[in-house]
Amino acid sequence: MTVDILSRSQSLKRERKRQFLLEGIAIVAIAIFLIGVMPLLLTPFRLRLLGRFLSLAIVALGIDLIWGYTGLLSLGHGIFFALGGYAIAMHLQLQLPPGQIPDFFPLYGVTELPLFWQPFYSFPFTLLALILIPSLVAGFLGYLVFRNRIKGVYFSILTQAALIVFFNFFNGQQKLINGTNGLKTDTNQLFGVVVSSQPAQFAFYTATILILILLYVLTRWLTSGRFGRLLIAIRDDENRVRFSGYDPTAFKVLVFAISGGIAGISGALFTVQSGIITPSAMDVAFSIEMVIWVAVGGRGTLVGAILGALLVNYARTFLSEQFAEVWLFFQGALFLIVVTVLPDGILGWLRSWQWGKVRALLGMSAPVVTYPSLEQDPEVQKERQEVGEDGNQ
Amino acid sequence: MVLQLIQGLFNGLSIGSVLLVVALGLAIVFGLMGVINLAHGELMMLGAYTTFVVQNTFRPLGEPVFSFYIFAALPMAFLVAALVGLALERGVIRFLYGRPLETLLATWGVSLILRQFVRSVNGSLALSLGVFCLLFFGAWVILSRLRRDWSELRNRVLWGVGILSGAIAFFTHKVLDSNPTFSTLWFSARNVDVTAPPWLRGGIPLGNFQLPYARIFIIVLTLICVVGIYWFLNRSNWGLRIRAVTQNRNMSACLGIPTDRVDALTFALGSGLAGVAGVAIALLGSVGPNTGQNYIVDAFMVVVVGGVGNLFGTIIAAMAIGIVTYLIGSGTIAALLLPIDALKPVTEFFLFFATTSMAKVMVFALIIAFLQFKPAGIFAPKGRTAEL
Repeated sequence: MTVDILSRSQSLKRERKRQFLLEGIAIVAIAIFLIGVMPLLLTPFRLRLLGRFLSLAIVALGIDLIWGYTGLLSLGHGIFFALGGYAIAMHLQLQLPPGQIPDFFPLYGVTELPLFWQPFYSFPFTLLALILIPSLVAGFLGYLVFRNRIKGVYFSILTQAALIVFFNFFNGQQKLINGTNGLKTDTNQLFGVVVSSQPAQFAFYTATILILILLYVLTRWLTSGRFGRLLIAIRDDENRVRFSGYDPTAFKVLVFAISGGIAGISGALFTVQSGIITPSAMDVAFSIEMVIWVAVGGRGTLVGAILGALLVNYARTFLSEQFAEVWLFFQGALFLIVVTVLPDGILGWLRSWQWGKVRALLGMSAPVVTYPSLEQDPEVQKERQEVGEDGNQ
Repeated sequence: MVLQLIQGLFNGLSIGSVLLVVALGLAIVFGLMGVINLAHGELMMLGAYTTFVVQNTFRPLGEPVFSFYIFAALPMAFLVAALVGLALERGVIRFLYGRPLETLLATWGVSLILRQFVRSVNGSLALSLGVFCLLFFGAWVILSRLRRDWSELRNRVLWGVGILSGAIAFFTHKVLDSNPTFSTLWFSARNVDVTAPPWLRGGIPLGNFQLPYARIFIIVLTLICVVGIYWFLNRSNWGLRIRAVTQNRNMSACLGIPTDRVDALTFALGSGLAGVAGVAIALLGSVGPNTGQNYIVDAFMVVVVGGVGNLFGTIIAAMAIGIVTYLIGSGTIAALLLPIDALKPVTEFFLFFATTSMAKVMVFALIIAFLQFKPAGIFAPKGRTAEL
């Protein structure tokens, strides 16, 4: 018996190894396709669009981490997205001859660079800041909320209120960060190359893909091990996790901070590819839209989050290019449909229904979804036949 | 100095009463069903647009009648918003019971649809929508009477009927759209203005300030709403049922209370209150498709601070948030502190926050600080189930 279990666990391990290998090969193939082939197929404008959508897919990964796995619905990820975007935009604005300050400052009568702009002269600091500032803000906010065991809808509403607060702050402070007009990045230089120029944009596009893969691997690693199981446990029954001796608060704060950092990276990549960051990145609608990307793709599946972000954004460009009026109707309907008909998203739907059918068509055995003993028990089978239930495929 | 404070308090009170009338419906629904309705703002917007339509219908009737259109607008707005709310509950929310986060997203979808609907509604859209509803629900009713095996056929037939009547409605829309009488937009995306009747213009002079009648009207309206709701919840049969379901849904169901009807009724009531709130905000400024969004998050904060299932918590929270927002935002606190030299840094601190939008920043910080002491709101529900 022991030998049996041992050999089975070993074969399971081998199976998992094989799966990881397959996944790695698939990722590398997709990356090569995106970096090597896509630029030949698409016009520069479309390529830039793809790059932007891929950077939005990064924030979808972050949202999937907290919503799909941990069950925290944040309606305020725009904050972290915008913070990352502002960090990189401030660095780009400072690429000036010494002694000069960004050209919007004199308009408001500011002659000296505000103190908090100073460190953004340095590129390494900016890179660090665009990850750390959003995740610190997220962690702080999360700590204040989670430590009181505020959860569920309350948490969502508080994040939305925080979003509006940040929006108001950035919108109102012309003298500090140019208010409503936001910060432009496309005419500035990074390492001596104009940001909006072709080679720079291609570099950003490549960087987006590489970072997306890196973060995918990171989130995959986070969600597949013990940590991931704990997150799912928090989602499914937080009280039981607490009674088991874990402190859910710490884990929730941590995962919210990680998710915020991911959103910051995404915001920075999006900003350099769209050429401007304004407070409208902290629009209420935009943050909720991020959630729907994940929901469409399938929450709790990382690939689903990426797919959903790409699909919805392409649908958006397509529909608003063709018929501008329909987009909001379509988006509203999308929310309703995803929530009522497709609660597990496209990927979940494919997995639960179509995958079984496809396998059955190919003559393979249907995957066992319940306990094996239940499937093989003759009494259960007999009873099923009597009841006339066709079971799980 | 005293006058300034009184004026500040009055303005804060009037902001608070708008917040209260907006949050009242939200709080009742949240207390009962645990659902936050993101479309609440759009229901308000519908109420405001109803006021606009009623005003335009009353305009040809001449002066003595016209000046009292607001009293016709109130029940109309209540009815329109309540009906839309009822449809929303029966059509979407009841399928999502026990999944509050999904409900949140679904109601956001509804809010997007309503916003775009107001922008692009015209005769042909409204008619084709009517045609669709008539065909679809007509077929539903007739078929369910005719066929014995309805419950088996149901899903398949409804898909077919839905697609068919959708196609017919789309065709109607296309045909009618070529006719200018049907294709002119009713409201368009621009803001519309509701003019307050003459007796609501002006105000009571107080020193060199004025207490506007419109604001006083809103305060009175809020008072009536609160008293009405209090009476309904505590003195009527349905109110008793609503309170019972709020406290313990399963137990109420066991005792024979029709919980799904209670849900529908409460949701309709909450939505109707949003409609009444819409009349109030129509008096304060011009109304556009996005009007609801300006009030909604503050109303959520009122619900969060007030706590669940207690009317008094909501009232206190609304008034507190309204008054604090106004006192900080208008710079009253800063102005009051100005003469005291010793408090100069404090004054400067308050001056920094002395705009409407920056006041929200400050109030949010205060709310978060408040939640550190009272995470479940002013009046937390007592009992062992409170943790769940």
